[in-house]
Amino acid sequence: MEETISFQLNGKKTEVRIDPGQTLLWVLRNHFGLTGTKFGCGVGFCGSCTVLIDKEPVRSCTLSVGDVAGKKVVTIEGLAKNGKLHPVQKAFVEHDALQCGYCTPGMIMSATGLLMKNLSPTRQEIIDGMEDNLCRCGAHIRIIEAVQTAAKEMKGGK
Amino acid sequence: MKKRESNPKELTQPVEVSGMKRRSFMKLLGGGVFIFFQPWNIFDLFSAPAEQARSLTKDYNAFLHIAEDGTVTCYTGKIEMGQGVITSLPMMMADELNVPLEKVKIVMGDTDLCPYDAGTWGSQTTQTFGPNMRAAAAEARAVLLELASGQLGVPVSQLEIRDGIITDTKNPKNAVTYAQLTKGKKLEKYLDVKPSVEDYTKFTYVGKSYKHSDANLKVTGEAKYAGDLKLPGMVYARILRPQSHGAKLTSVDFSGAEKIEGTKVVRDGDLVAVLHENHDKADEAIVKIQAEYSFNEMPVNDKTIFEWMLKADSSANVARSSGDLESGRQLSEKIFESEFHDPYLAHAPIETHTALAQLEGDKLTVWAATQTPFGLQDGIVRELGLPREKVRVITPFVGGGFGGKTVFQQGIEAAKLAKLTGKPVMVAWTRDEEFFYDNFHSAAVVKIKSGIDNSGLIKLWDYHVYYAGTRGSETIYDVPNAKTTSYSRNKNAPPVHPFSTGPWRAPNNNTNTFAREVQIDIMATAAGIDPLEFRLKNLKDEKMIACLKAVADKFGYVAGKTPSGRGIGIACGTDAGTWVAHMAEVKVDKNTGKVQVVRIAVAQDMGLCVNPQGALIQMEGCITMGLGYTFTEEVLFEGGNILTRGFDTYEIPRFSWLPKIDCVILDRKDKAPKGGGEPAIIAIGAVVANAIFDATGARLYRVPMTPARVLEALKKV
Repeated sequence: MEETISFQLNGKKTEVRIDPGQTLLWVLRNHFGLTGTKFGCGVGFCGSCTVLIDKEPVRSCTLSVGDVAGKKVVTIEGLAKNGKLHPVQKAFVEHDALQCGYCTPGMIMSATGLLMKNLSPTRQEIIDGMEDNLCRCGAHIRIIEAVQTAAKEMKGGK
Repeated sequence: MKKRESNPKELTQPVEVSGMKRRSFMKLLGGGVFIFFQPWNIFDLFSAPAEQARSLTKDYNAFLHIAEDGTVTCYTGKIEMGQGVITSLPMMMADELNVPLEKVKIVMGDTDLCPYDAGTWGSQTTQTFGPNMRAAAAEARAVLLELASGQLGVPVSQLEIRDGIITDTKNPKNAVTYAQLTKGKKLEKYLDVKPSVEDYTKFTYVGKSYKHSDANLKVTGEAKYAGDLKLPGMVYARILRPQSHGAKLTSVDFSGAEKIEGTKVVRDGDLVAVLHENHDKADEAIVKIQAEYSFNEMPVNDKTIFEWMLKADSSANVARSSGDLESGRQLSEKIFESEFHDPYLAHAPIETHTALAQLEGDKLTVWAATQTPFGLQDGIVRELGLPREKVRVITPFVGGGFGGKTVFQQGIEAAKLAKLTGKPVMVAWTRDEEFFYDNFHSAAVVKIKSGIDNSGLIKLWDYHVYYAGTRGSETIYDVPNAKTTSYSRNKNAPPVHPFSTGPWRAPNNNTNTFAREVQIDIMATAAGIDPLEFRLKNLKDEKMIACLKAVADKFGYVAGKTPSGRGIGIACGTDAGTWVAHMAEVKVDKNTGKVQVVRIAVAQDMGLCVNPQGALIQMEGCITMGLGYTFTEEVLFEGGNILTRGFDTYEIPRFSWLPKIDCVILDRKDKAPKGGGEPAIIAIGAVVANAIFDATGARLYRVPMTPARVLEALKKV
């Protein structure tokens, strides 16, 4: 049964007429064309579908679109502002913290969520926060360094 | 698509036995250079009609195009899956053609636009495709010089090229650009005598570090992978799958699926699929299909596989032999016998096998996550009976391959469904399908009998490898009496593997290097000699010696007899023309059996390193991925039923596993470039096993070294 679901998507008020039981991941990808959010496992184990909901990194493959009614959803496409990369994105480029790039959007969203709560994370806190995002190419060490660099820039910017 | 039931590598065995040189082997197959380097696909070549065997063109125009604005586009059948050749190939082109790097673009893995390529694997892009591309650029450069000579009215010897501009050295105003010479058109002239490529001393870009050129696209989500594409009228397919390999569909009732509005069910023989424009609805529909199967499964599982392999009807092929084993036994004061086990492994890229197919008129286009766009094209030609010129495969960014995307069942499925329905069809495998239809790294057994004399020199090396092939099985040490025997399935014998197997990053070298380097450690311990000293004492290979010394230096190695309690291990080997040596330090929790790697250092001799930054990242990736097969990765199965079908049961490396990593790339600018995507993974299992022994005195003969297995080994100390 279709319903009208209202939420904020990448800073814009959004209304969509849709079956609220549809998976958020596929609604983002197919209805809104936001394909930066990736399918990796479909059961929340790999983290490649991570988006921010009310600043909290969550797995969009395990949520329904109805779950985000009234909430603020940010995807990888919503991070850069006016063509300027978000500090986390910038740090991933600087540190070459990616290879195939498929897990990268999920990694960046998890890292962004982590830094929204804690701008001075220790190395261990970064590892703990990123632990459930999987990368098969082995970019982990560079990702940790990128998150540290982004934290410094975001802290300096405040 | 035909399923591969046997390990295709077996077909390479007779070649090694007969001692044929590469060239005669290539002649035998009637193909080009690339064929030799893809042993796992020789199976395909034998089963494919002869006219389908293809080789890389000699026409330099196929490799590059100079546009009217001076932009140079290089064309390659290789694909980008994270290994970074999207960055390094344009560097090579820019240097060879003498154009600015920012003017060079690249088109990859498009069968209509790019020169034929057998596939992206085996760390071959830089060392094998690279020279061909450079030769093409060198010919283009020479042709452009000749054209400029005519246009400027001065001899070629009086011309110089800089940044795509050819200038009369005696009159700098007399100049012409590449773009003015070509006017965007194909060059028509060919040279009878091909010019030589540039010397490394002339390089501007090659040898310097460049970051991933695709990083911006990847951090913004703009990079497109096969599953990100969408076409008008596109439907998602979910395909009915058996519960296990070897099951045969006997009856199917899809009335339940058809009740879901908008669902179309398609059947073509054993291929049964539901199609829906909504992804979730396709997921809903597929589970409504009732199907029955007959089962005829092999009575083997992940525990009995090793015994099963040893008992199988195998043929023994001697890969290499020197001296004689009886003399070796007589010269040995101590003899050591070991048996090593290696399980099946999954590739587990985060992007599953995905393909989008569209039939327009009589032309079929498939966008696929594949390491073999031309292989998929040939596969579609075979399976669908279309003429080759009517099939185009385009490869967007690939979300990891590691050898797993050398097979392309999903591309054939999408092609068939698009042809059957006339609609664009997206086939994106679920994680379950990815773990089920993988071409797994083969399980294997290695048995070694070796001996040392009373001075610690190895005198005997009798090496037997079952079902892993011989990549990485070189003795590497200077042993007078050595023999390597490889066992593979006998022709006409029943299959040994219950599912398909194939290349997994540095195919089977991990198996062979693990066994050899642990055995070397066992002997070093028995001889009472420091394991580094023991290796150096038994080596004559200058490259290996240099790598060991370099890694010891980087690691800050202090000699000691094992087990020293420090938890330090050493291992080394060769792969894809590259030499590597590793050192690691581990901490072992003797109560839980859990092992943490504290630090790893690697030294690598890969010849000329085109992009040191890219090579470094590949080494880090190899080390990280290697920790997976070392500690957790193991496909569990019962007959043809894969039990590990998710990241919960098949665990791959995580952030908390990561040690401190130090990499050294030896300076070998004057040597030909060799492979970089795989070598640094080969010794991870061994270096960790040897470090665990050094920490505890517990010897492990099997990967993965799970806490339970470490505890078991500790009991025997």
